[in-house]
Amino acid sequence: MKKVYEMTDLCCASCAAEIEGDVRKIEGIALCNVNFIMQKMTLEIAEGADEAKVIKALCKAVRRVEPDCDLVEVKG
Amino acid sequence: MKREKKQLLRIVVAFALFAVAMILYKLTPLRSIAEVGEGWNVGDYRFYLYALPFIASYVIAGYDVIRKAVRNLLSGRLLDENFLMVVATFGAIALLDLPEACGVMIFYQVGELFQRYAVGKSRRSIAALMDIRPDIARVLRSGEEVVVSPEEVEIGETLLLRAGERVPVDAVLLSEEGTFDTSSLTGESLPRTSVSGEEVLSGSINLGGEVRLSASQKYENSTVRKILDLVENATAKKAKSENFITRFARYYTPIVVIAALLIALIPPIFTSEWGEWIKRALTFLVVSCPCALVISVPLSFFGGIGGASKKGILVKGGSALERLAEADGFLFDKTGTITEGRFSVVEVYPSERAEEILAAAYIAEGASNHPIARCVSRYAPRVDREGYEVREIAGRGVVARKGEEMILVGNARLLKEEKVTFEERESAGSVLYVVRNGVYLGSVTVADTPKSNAREVIASLKGEGCRTIMLTGDREFAAAAVAAEVGVDEYVSELLPQDKAAWVERYMKERGGKGSVCFIGDGINDAPVLATADVGVSMGGVGSDAAIEASDVVLMKDDLSSIIEGRRIARKTTRIVRENIVVALGVKVLVLLLTALGVTSAFAMWLAVFADVGVAMLAILNAMRTLR
Repeated sequence: MKKVYEMTDLCCASCAAEIEGDVRKIEGIALCNVNFIMQKMTLEIAEGADEAKVIKALCKAVRRVEPDCDLVEVKG
Repeated sequence: MKREKKQLLRIVVAFALFAVAMILYKLTPLRSIAEVGEGWNVGDYRFYLYALPFIASYVIAGYDVIRKAVRNLLSGRLLDENFLMVVATFGAIALLDLPEACGVMIFYQVGELFQRYAVGKSRRSIAALMDIRPDIARVLRSGEEVVVSPEEVEIGETLLLRAGERVPVDAVLLSEEGTFDTSSLTGESLPRTSVSGEEVLSGSINLGGEVRLSASQKYENSTVRKILDLVENATAKKAKSENFITRFARYYTPIVVIAALLIALIPPIFTSEWGEWIKRALTFLVVSCPCALVISVPLSFFGGIGGASKKGILVKGGSALERLAEADGFLFDKTGTITEGRFSVVEVYPSERAEEILAAAYIAEGASNHPIARCVSRYAPRVDREGYEVREIAGRGVVARKGEEMILVGNARLLKEEKVTFEERESAGSVLYVVRNGVYLGSVTVADTPKSNAREVIASLKGEGCRTIMLTGDREFAAAAVAAEVGVDEYVSELLPQDKAAWVERYMKERGGKGSVCFIGDGINDAPVLATADVGVSMGGVGSDAAIEASDVVLMKDDLSSIIEGRRIARKTTRIVRENIVVALGVKVLVLLLTALGVTSAFAMWLAVFADVGVAMLAILNAMRTLR
């Protein structure tokens, strides 16, 4: 399943790259792409993965690198 | 930004406290009990009068730095800038140099704030370049105007577009005429005038008055969405220089830490000035922070990609941009890339009888859908074709009859078989001979002509030492003529579409390692070649999805000179990246040496912070040049 998040207060490109690397390691994430310029994260959650669990891990990973960064899901 | 304001407020408060602390320290008798290096005079209440304002100021200025440092330490992420700052200032505190610990922290935060502001501003200006997303769509539903999001527009709905609004989905113009700014799609600065029935691409801006359109695509299949997907996901492929930074940090950080340890431990064995050398080591750590590189390199690539997209050149990521900058072998597809991709009448012979010849050809060819026939029809006068019975002779031509009248239009073979005497013409194109009632009238030559600036573009590439090669499936004869006309170094003819990729692969292997090979095609049937070449460039807008998927660069404008513009931007970007790497490392090494030698000891830590933040600022400013 594809999800797009807006990332608020993502302040540096290297943090973006770091978040991307960390999120890709989460089990159940098939694809993750963080675009610093657009402040956006595009995710692909693997088929059959526990969505709630994956998203929890995702938030944790993001917070660890950028404590002030919030994820807001973009619909459509 | 709210966050920046908060940060600023904190710095102001911390600075005010710092000023109070300095006044207390410099102008009151406190000084006598709190000289730097005196040790922690914990028994004396006056010591707290000295220390507390500094500590309060330090905590207000730097609590988030400490928090991040601790958190990163716990998660095993050693040696980021926060950690280095904390170690360096704690060191100063341990040596009881509170003014320095506090001042450096405030200075560092001011620098960080500047840096964040600069990055944010750069990011927003790049994002603005790429902002072509239509926000709303006005549709006519049961006679009323409704504002919906572009995703909700259905095919066939009627759209209303006011002046200055973006076309939300690909649509067909219903109003008689409309003028649109397509510059954000194609880089073409001239407004485009469309008439009723013509397709208007989503993302164009209406420059005229209100117009009506009929939606011809859903939003998700519209041009604007395809471009956005392409640009927004462009950063997925990291450039070599970006990976270089990551690899570099892997070796750099341990080396710096070991060097700092050595500075702290070795010289004091001989001089026993422990405090002084520990301070130098701490300063050394602050200088060593590689943020200027980490921030500016990706930013430069983003800037380059953004600047290119403004010109209608969509580059998929830093890696593609880098390879485009290195490209010195340019392979061009012929049809549709070097040439117009459609036939035009290049000669009617003898020209005095052009009207008559074309009219006769039109009678025979007018009904045909063959590209050559369609081309002739475009040029011919509209004569009455009523009553003619047309028969095709495969591989030869067409015969049209009406009563006694008979018109033959075809190649030399047809005329020879019909035993008509005629004058054979030598040409790179296709020659049609026209015969009426057994009498030879003349010939029409039809060819796919090179684009008007093809020669110029090829010459410019050759002038910069690039090799240019034309690939085509055409016959040797036709290929040679076009190759000579545009001046390519080399051409390969009679290459079937399926063999092109293999040829390109062999070519790349033969020419060996240096530089890279760029293939430019129109994206029709050449997805495999686009994927094979180091840089696959598809030209002429967002055509097939397969071509977009396979190519590294998409030229929105059907104009060969875009490739030169793209190459220029790519080269400029990589040059700026190199400049940043060299300058940042150069300044660091210089300050590191000065620090280790103790030349700068009086203001070492201040200089260290400047070397870190100042260079980062310079690098960011330099990175923004990629936008221009």
